[in-house]
Amino acid sequence: MKIVVCIKQVPDTAEVRINPETNTLVRDGVASIINPYDMHALEAGLQMREAAGAGTVTALTMGPPQAENALREAVSMGIDEGVLLTDRAFAGSDTWATAYTLAKAIEHIGADIIICGKQAIDGDTAQVGPEIAEFLQIPHVAYVRKIDSLKDGSIIVQRLMDDGYDIVESSLPVLLTVVRELNVPRMPSLKGKMAAKKAVIRQMKASDLKADVNSLGLQGSPTQVRNIFAPEAKKDRKMLEGSSEEKVDQLLKELAGLKCL
Amino acid sequence: MDYFLNEEQLMIRDLARQIAEEKIVPVRAELDETGEFAWDVMKTLAQSDLFGLFIPEEYGGLGKGCLELSIAVEELSRACLGISTSFAANALGTYPILLFGTDEQKKKFLPDIASGKKLVAFGLTEANAGSDAGGTQTTAKLDGSEYVINGTKQWITNGGVADIYTIIAITDRSKGPRGASAFVVEKGTPGFSFGKKENKMGIRASATTELVFDNCRIPKENIIGKEGMGFVVAMKTLDNSRTGVGSQGVGVAQGAFEEAVKFARQRVQFGHPIITFQAIQHMLADMGTSIEAARALVYAVARFIDSGAKDVSKESAMSKLFATDVAMKVTTDAVQILGGSGYMKEYPVEKMMRDAKILQIYEGTNQIQRNVIGQALIKEAARNK
Repeated sequence: MKIVVCIKQVPDTAEVRINPETNTLVRDGVASIINPYDMHALEAGLQMREAAGAGTVTALTMGPPQAENALREAVSMGIDEGVLLTDRAFAGSDTWATAYTLAKAIEHIGADIIICGKQAIDGDTAQVGPEIAEFLQIPHVAYVRKIDSLKDGSIIVQRLMDDGYDIVESSLPVLLTVVRELNVPRMPSLKGKMAAKKAVIRQMKASDLKADVNSLGLQGSPTQVRNIFAPEAKKDRKMLEGSSEEKVDQLLKELAGLKCL
Repeated sequence: MDYFLNEEQLMIRDLARQIAEEKIVPVRAELDETGEFAWDVMKTLAQSDLFGLFIPEEYGGLGKGCLELSIAVEELSRACLGISTSFAANALGTYPILLFGTDEQKKKFLPDIASGKKLVAFGLTEANAGSDAGGTQTTAKLDGSEYVINGTKQWITNGGVADIYTIIAITDRSKGPRGASAFVVEKGTPGFSFGKKENKMGIRASATTELVFDNCRIPKENIIGKEGMGFVVAMKTLDNSRTGVGSQGVGVAQGAFEEAVKFARQRVQFGHPIITFQAIQHMLADMGTSIEAARALVYAVARFIDSGAKDVSKESAMSKLFATDVAMKVTTDAVQILGGSGYMKEYPVEKMMRDAKILQIYEGTNQIQRNVIGQALIKEAARNK
């Protein structure tokens, strides 16, 4: 069984600040981490390989050359191979172009199961995973919180919903996006860290993909970011205090006062 | 200070620190309260290969030495001495097999120890034999192809939770100290049971019990080394492990020191953070200096042991003595700097102070360490005459 896990290197949001003059993210000196949801995707891939007792887990990422560090970290957790899609031609990709590029790479690598985190904590779109599945023309299940069974070319999973969960069965190949409830990502091992240091990270460029160059990067992106800004903080806030009942009473009064009721 | 650790040593430090911060700090207060054994953390340590650090590669370990083990123990101790005690006692229990075991014994026991599948405990202390190992009353009598063990070991770290026990018992009382031998006993052997779990002042996340042997029969092959070598096995084991206790001292002192600095920067009195007051600064200066001195000594002795030096008794005793006295002083001063807050369980320093006390007691009290150092000095002086 071939498992491909798509991961993204993101700034550690615990440390992120926005430059008030340019309204852009301050990236200098901010540590990069593997997107936390992708850690659960990696763990899911490793558990599937362990349960099957065979197969490979490949981590795939698209990004600048330093994104290689994210793949090395994935190797230290126990994946078999890291693949880095890096090329100037990929720069400026929106979710559409990113998903197209990843899908082309996955066609090249080959996969029975593709696993993504439900979303990245920097962009928060949650679009890339399902879009990859559409480009590959395979089924996908988003927000997977539990794998019930995986055998004989079919998988049964639980999909987290607002008010409970669905049980979904799918044929393979399939793409899953996963939520935190699925598992607890493992710590790296020392042997894994040592292997990660020596691991050869395979690099792929635009020319390695059977891709339409007009669909890559900025050129292939139907959406473009015009401006990033921090919303103005509203200062006329009022915190209600007291027991829940007291707070509800106060809230009703406040709303009535504002003629909302 | 930069100790010029190599890349692998830094990797070990970073991994142990990550486990300490992500898996140990969040649970340490609760484990201290309940006294429960930290099985989840042990599982993480096992998956991370840390149990195999000092075990040769041919037996499934990483083939590293005393320095690497010290680095890992220090980082775990910075978060919780109870958990680091369970981890370090594993090495203590393994050294007899590692240093004196036959190839068959190593093949049989070391791979499961290296993988963390089985924990180990070392059993020397008894009701009448602590500092004076000569008072050992547990006996092992050869009967055909088996040894029959009778007696009770007390205050044994990892008692009950370990699967493998290396113990010292008397095989020939008439020979005095040369009448003791070391054995491996596996959990589940008929006649081998555990007494009550001790209710301790500190290191409460570690398990401490009696080991009770009542006509416990073990195969003759389970003797470690030869008959009569028991005390040599015990002493060489302690020579190797004492530096680990020193690194526990460095770690817990570092953890308490960091808490004290953090608190002193936040706590405002007389209109200023208390860290701006010279009285506090001088305490912190002394704490920081003594920790660095202790770490330098522990690393130097660990490197000395790893060099293959033949006699390390004096140096390992010095590293244990100095670093654990530093730990007691620094953790006590940390509580003092935190004042009333430091005395409360909401802050981790009172636990660190309670935990640190054991370091001056176990694996040879610091008075015994001074005896070891004193005797070595006498020997050296006589040799140089």
